[in-house]
Amino acid sequence: MSQPPPPFQVFVDEHARPVLSFLRVVVGPVEADDCFQETFLSAMRAYRRLDGANPRAWVMTIARRKAIDHHRARARRPEPRAALPERVAVDGVEGSDDGLWRQVATLPPKQRHAVALRFAADLSYRDVGAALDCSEEAARRSVHEGLKKLRAKIARRTEEER
Amino acid sequence: MSTRKSRSIEQALRSATPGKADDAATLARALAERADREGLLDVAYAALDTPLGEAVVAATGRGVVRVALPGERLDDVLAELAEDVSPRVMERPQRLDEARRELGEYFEGRRQRFELPLDWRLTHAGFMRRVLRETAKVPFGKTISYAEAAERAGSPRAHRAAGNALGSNPIPLIVPCHRVVRTGGAIGNYGGGPEMKEFLLRLEGAID
Repeated sequence: MSQPPPPFQVFVDEHARPVLSFLRVVVGPVEADDCFQETFLSAMRAYRRLDGANPRAWVMTIARRKAIDHHRARARRPEPRAALPERVAVDGVEGSDDGLWRQVATLPPKQRHAVALRFAADLSYRDVGAALDCSEEAARRSVHEGLKKLRAKIARRTEEER
Repeated sequence: MSTRKSRSIEQALRSATPGKADDAATLARALAERADREGLLDVAYAALDTPLGEAVVAATGRGVVRVALPGERLDDVLAELAEDVSPRVMERPQRLDEARRELGEYFEGRRQRFELPLDWRLTHAGFMRRVLRETAKVPFGKTISYAEAAERAGSPRAHRAAGNALGSNPIPLIVPCHRVVRTGGAIGNYGGGPEMKEFLLRLEGAID
C-alpha cells in the first residue's frame, strides 16, 4: 500500500516550479531562492517520511514553514522593506504582470499564503487547506477574502490614477 | 459584474505566475550541489554521451553503483536506484567527473583499464558477485566463455547461472561482461543487445 518515494530528482522536477512561485510571492523574489533551497533540503532530510498520498501539499507545508521562519528572522533584524509596486496592472490578462503579485504580498499573512498557494502554486482548495493546516472551507474563505481585498486595492489605485 | 471581475483577477494571477521554469531548473541544480555538500545526496547520476547513444552512470559514496546502457529508460533506472539503494537520488554530474572521463577515454580507444571505485551492492552476494568480480579481471581485448566464468567463480558446471549473473550486471562496460562469449566463438547475449556487444569487442580488437 505504501509506495516507496519516487527518486528525489523526480520529486524536485515536479514541485520546483510551484514551490518557487509560492515563495516569490510570499517572501519576495530575492529571498525566495534561499527559502527554496531550505525547503528542498528539509524535504530531503525528511524524505523517507514523505506523505506519498499528497506530496504537493507536503512540500508546500514545508515551504510555508520556511517562509514563516524567514519572516520571523527578518523581524528580528529589521531591514528596509522591499519597495512596493510602481504600477499595478488591472483589467484582464493582457495588462497583468508581477505588479499584481506585489499587491498580493501586502495582504495579511494567512490570506497571502492562501492566495499564493491557490494561484501561484496552483493547488486545489483541499491541498491549500492541507498546506495551511486548516479545513478546506477555511482555505476557501482565506482565498476569497484575499481576493476581495485585492480587488479593493486595485479599484482604489485605479481611482487614484484617474 | 462582480464574478466577471473576480474571474479576471484570478486569470491574471495565474497567467503572471512568478516562478519561471528555467529559474526553477537552475535552482534545482544549485540544490543538488548543496545537498551533496551536506551529505544528503545518497546517489548522484549523470548522463554520458557514447558512440552507442546516451548512457547513464550513477555513484554512491562508495563508488560507481550502476551504468545504464543506451536504450534503458532513465525513469526506470532512477526508480530502480530509489528502490534498491536510496530515494535520495539527484543529477549531479560533478560527482561523476572521473567515471565520465574514464569511460570517454575508453570509447576513444585511449583507455584499457578502469581505475574507479565500485559499489557492488546491486549484485547479490555469493555466486553472482563472484562471477562479476572475476569478469572484472578479464583484460581489455580478451574474451572468456561462460563456462570459464563459472569455473573462475568456483562452480565449473554453473555456466547457465553464470550467464544469468552476467545478464544482470548492474555495472556494464566497467565490469566488462561483454568479454564473456559463447564457447565456439558465438557472441552470445548482451543487455544492450548483441550489436552493442559486437561493437565493444570490435573496439577492443577482440574480434575483426
